[in-house]
Amino acid sequence: MTTAIRTENLSKQYLIRHEAQRRNDTLREAIASWARSLRTGSAAPGSDTEEAFWALKDINLEIKVGERVGIIGRNGAGKSTLLKLLSRVTEPTTGRIRVRGRVASLLEAGTGFHPELTGRENIYLNGAVLGMSRAELHRKFDEIVAFAEIERFLDTPVKRYSSGMYMRLGFAVAAHLEPEVLVVDEVLAVGDLRFQQKCVGKMQDVGREGRTVLFVSHSMRAIYALCDRAVLLADGKVKSDGEVPSVVAEYLDQGANNVLERNWPDLRSAPGNEHFRLAGARVALEDGGAAEAITVKTPLRVEFEFWIGADELLYSMGLHLKVNTGEYAFVTASTRTLLRRGWHRGTCHIPADLLNNRTYSVDMHFLKDGRNALLRLPELLAFEVHEGERGPGEPLGEYPGTVRPRLQWDVAPVPAEAARLGAAHA
Amino acid sequence: MSAAAAETLIEAGRPERHYWKEAWRLRELLLFLSWRDIVVRYRHTAIGVAWAVIKPLLTVTIFTVIFGWVARLPSEGESPYALMVLAGLLPWLFFASMVNDAGNSLLNNERIVTRTYFPRILVPGSAIAVCLVDFLVSWVVLAGAFAWYGVAPDARVLALPAFVLLAVLVGTGPALLLSALNVRFRDVRFVVPFVIQIGLYVSPVGFSSALVPEPWRLIYSLNPMAGVIDGFRWSLLGGNSQLYWPSLALSVAISLAFLWAGLRYFRATERHIADVI
Repeated sequence: MTTAIRTENLSKQYLIRHEAQRRNDTLREAIASWARSLRTGSAAPGSDTEEAFWALKDINLEIKVGERVGIIGRNGAGKSTLLKLLSRVTEPTTGRIRVRGRVASLLEAGTGFHPELTGRENIYLNGAVLGMSRAELHRKFDEIVAFAEIERFLDTPVKRYSSGMYMRLGFAVAAHLEPEVLVVDEVLAVGDLRFQQKCVGKMQDVGREGRTVLFVSHSMRAIYALCDRAVLLADGKVKSDGEVPSVVAEYLDQGANNVLERNWPDLRSAPGNEHFRLAGARVALEDGGAAEAITVKTPLRVEFEFWIGADELLYSMGLHLKVNTGEYAFVTASTRTLLRRGWHRGTCHIPADLLNNRTYSVDMHFLKDGRNALLRLPELLAFEVHEGERGPGEPLGEYPGTVRPRLQWDVAPVPAEAARLGAAHA
Repeated sequence: MSAAAAETLIEAGRPERHYWKEAWRLRELLLFLSWRDIVVRYRHTAIGVAWAVIKPLLTVTIFTVIFGWVARLPSEGESPYALMVLAGLLPWLFFASMVNDAGNSLLNNERIVTRTYFPRILVPGSAIAVCLVDFLVSWVVLAGAFAWYGVAPDARVLALPAFVLLAVLVGTGPALLLSALNVRFRDVRFVVPFVIQIGLYVSPVGFSSALVPEPWRLIYSLNPMAGVIDGFRWSLLGGNSQLYWPSLALSVAISLAFLWAGLRYFRATERHIADVI
């Protein structure tokens, strides 16, 4: 098989500037420091306050034509930087990449969508931004519309679209590119499950047609479904590269994927809208202990602090608990409650002896009237449940499954005549 | 999959050899980006297309009242003062919008620029194309003014496209320079409108450049818009409007120098845009 992508010692360095002594971000400062350097004859202005940070360091990868490669790793491991380099949005600091054929990158669903334009207009605009010609777009137009399932809203400005529709349209356009190499960043995080499956199916087709796919995701289920190879990045380096199950296992073993707490101190930039803002979410032990010490034996609570901006709102929320392979452990929802403007806290209590010793992630849906999404946040929190101390008489060994509920069992001696199950032999 | 698919080499500091070829291949993207801005502008503003007409109309009225009637500045040749102002004002507004809109274009298209790759020159390029469309629409005012005064341009009007081209040339260099500077230095976008404001009075918009005393005329022509405006008046007003050749030559030379500098700086900055924007 021929090589589609080869990277040689690929590295990307970013300069982090310390806030106190910032770079010359305004022309005035730039001119002032230039004038200073003329007088003192010193070196380039500001260089002493910059700190180098290697987002990627010496990446050597060889990807064959037709391979579907999943790139996994924690936030900040360099996944997105790698995709940006491959799609030529930014330039490597050192090293090189050789790519055979046309590269199309989907770093965000709906890049270049203009909110004032209709769905129809945005298909053309977005397609052109992604590198499609008008003739190509004409030919695939109906297919794109059908895939996105937006026929009825084709002539509605996309600013009136729901986030799901927006995402679907964005993905649909990109999915109908016919590049030799397709680079996809985590875009499946939004949208409903059915559409996610449709997207994964579409990308599988792309792979079968002999195209090369590079796919970044936090969803191990998507990686499993789509990829025949996985690359684990950690701190800008390739930590492991090979078959999906072994690489995914190594990623999960890193353990430090926990996101036990999220806070948005500035309410204006917090996720949500004018009716609802999420200010914080956390996983905590019911007894207040350190959440790092979660075991199968500790009761937990998942808390959310939020602001209701509407006068009155029929509020509920759904918690989707998934294990890191992407399978659902369960979904649980609060009852609908009428809330008034102000601060609120919502808590979901998860009892002991329900979860297995696995890593879980929490997707949250915050709802109005029990069905309209105020906000959906996939992968909001993640936590690892450790093995607990086994009680006397508890079975040993591993438990397969996404949960490990402790149910009531009764085992007791019975008189022979009462043993109905054995009655046939009596 | 064709085994003959072209191989791309991505490397630090490597000048893309196919840059202009690629820009040409993606010329449709330029059209789409321009079309988007035109559609959005004219659909969203309540007065729509009329805006391109109202702006020069109001400005020319103010100029005529203040400079023509109150200050009694003379016109060029025998043409009505308002007509002379209009012939200078339209190319000036065109230049101003190029410098302003194309100058901000990379910032305005930040999302596209940080998420996809294409030759970035298409972004300011499309902004200039949009300005050109606005400019052509604004000629309605000119046609109206000619009809109002009952005059018509003579055969010299055939030279007009050449001066439109010159106006594009004069605007493109500074526009490219500013669009790249804007990405790096955020205060540039506050300076530009001020400079444009001053430029309106420094350039021969409200008066004929023939009023500039002869010893100063060549120095005055260092403003490349002087040549463009002179050219517009010469080809539109006809009669005894004179073309001052040194001014025109200087205009071409200076705009070419700006274009060269703008292109160089733009291409040098382009590769880091996604990192600093």
